[in-house]
Amino acid sequence: MKKTKQELKSAAKTSSTVINLKVGLAEMLKGGVIMDVVTADQAKIAEDAGAVAVMALERVPSDIRAAGGVARMSPPRLIEQIMASVSIPVMAKCRIGHFAEAQVLEAIGVDYIDESEVLTPADEDYHINKHDFKVPFVCGAKNLGEALRRIGEGAALMRTKGEPGTGNIVEAVRHLRDINQHIKRITVLDDAELMTEAKNMGAPYELVKLVKEQGRLPVPNFAAGGIATPADAALCMQLGAETVFVGSGIFKSENPAAFAKAIVKATCHYSDPSMVLEACREIEGEAMRGISIDTIDAGMRMANRGW
Amino acid sequence: MSHPVIGVLALQGCVEPHRPHIEAAGAEFAAVKTPQQFDAVDAFILPGGESTTMLKLIDMYGLWDSLTRNFKTKPVWGICAGTILMAQHVTNPQQKSFGLLPISVQRNAYGRQLDSHHGMIDNYLVSFIRAPVILSPSGVGISGEAEFEILATHESAPVWVRQGPYMATTFHPELTQDFPSPMHRTFVDLVRGSAAQLVA
Repeated sequence: MKKTKQELKSAAKTSSTVINLKVGLAEMLKGGVIMDVVTADQAKIAEDAGAVAVMALERVPSDIRAAGGVARMSPPRLIEQIMASVSIPVMAKCRIGHFAEAQVLEAIGVDYIDESEVLTPADEDYHINKHDFKVPFVCGAKNLGEALRRIGEGAALMRTKGEPGTGNIVEAVRHLRDINQHIKRITVLDDAELMTEAKNMGAPYELVKLVKEQGRLPVPNFAAGGIATPADAALCMQLGAETVFVGSGIFKSENPAAFAKAIVKATCHYSDPSMVLEACREIEGEAMRGISIDTIDAGMRMANRGW
Repeated sequence: MSHPVIGVLALQGCVEPHRPHIEAAGAEFAAVKTPQQFDAVDAFILPGGESTTMLKLIDMYGLWDSLTRNFKTKPVWGICAGTILMAQHVTNPQQKSFGLLPISVQRNAYGRQLDSHHGMIDNYLVSFIRAPVILSPSGVGISGEAEFEILATHESAPVWVRQGPYMATTFHPELTQDFPSPMHRTFVDLVRGSAAQLVA
């Protein structure tokens, strides 16, 4: 009766009926908030406020934006301190295409890797072949074609590529709407039209076919980039995001602990305006100041990194 | 109760994948997050997710008393994080729990995400994701009984246990898309059986 590891592996591979373990962890994070943190103390504040996971960073995106220069993977020591301080999953970012940074993160034992446009890209042509890794990857996408290319490379979780560090939700909203509208259009296409659609959007045919059959992305889709208030979180959830990432919004606000709790409450109860109102009321102090997207030079728009 | 309503606690975590299993087992699915919703269902699933997060949210939103009251009279099935919430005693780290089952549970006992793996339980492929391990019997649970039934083991530890109306699995059957899973079928049968007992 007992199966060997090899037999189980082949059973899991041949069975299209079981969700793979990488996507499985993303399923466990649904309905929650993933918070950017730069110290072990911040990670504890995030965990206490009800975060489902933390993203271990050296600097939050708004500081990366302000500092300029090359943004790289965080120092392993910092990531390890954060991992030791909380019991929820810990994610970390590597540069687009920098598979050696990803190997280091996997060796540290992080629970998820974000191949992220927030850091300076290491490769302008190729993203990481994420199938090579046992640790799951999350990647950003502005539209459905980009999402399916990343999933084709092995990403187990997608997120929007809202403009990070701006406190401006407009780009994340654009990406959520774009992806959802495109999925709806694909579900009504004739089978004969799918290959051309795949060609036009630069996405793997098999995945386009899967989107038509299931009427959704093959992996969960979370919102990220520019979420700065409880109402922002509720907006993204109502637009179909399944969890929200909050970066600079929390620890750049005046009272991070209260702010974090409020965002968690609004995400959990996103469809109940009276609870979102309660969340808004719990915040003392102002949200982060925010930046209008059209004041950012095209070269500094992080969403344009990757393809 | 031929068509019981199973409420899946929906504060956070893996909720929606239970729907097709529950429906295929002949019951009704409901996602629940308020005391009014808790009172309206016949049984509970405490789903997979992050147990630390769920505990914080239960406390912050003042749901502890309402859940405790409901758990006393309705069947409960905890999955992964839910098993942790149902245990008598929790380690790594120590945290509070509802103490429904007389078991001691160690969180993330297999390691981190890199150690997540598949397993075969009752001829059904299931997923262990950052899973806890049931270490030992502990205390007497809410029923006052120390004895519990081990329905399956994996790597020599119990992974599917039951005592009266309370059931726990440290693995995820809901992620497998072959409906219903043997565990969902067992739980829905248990819900029907416990209702019959209450009527008798």
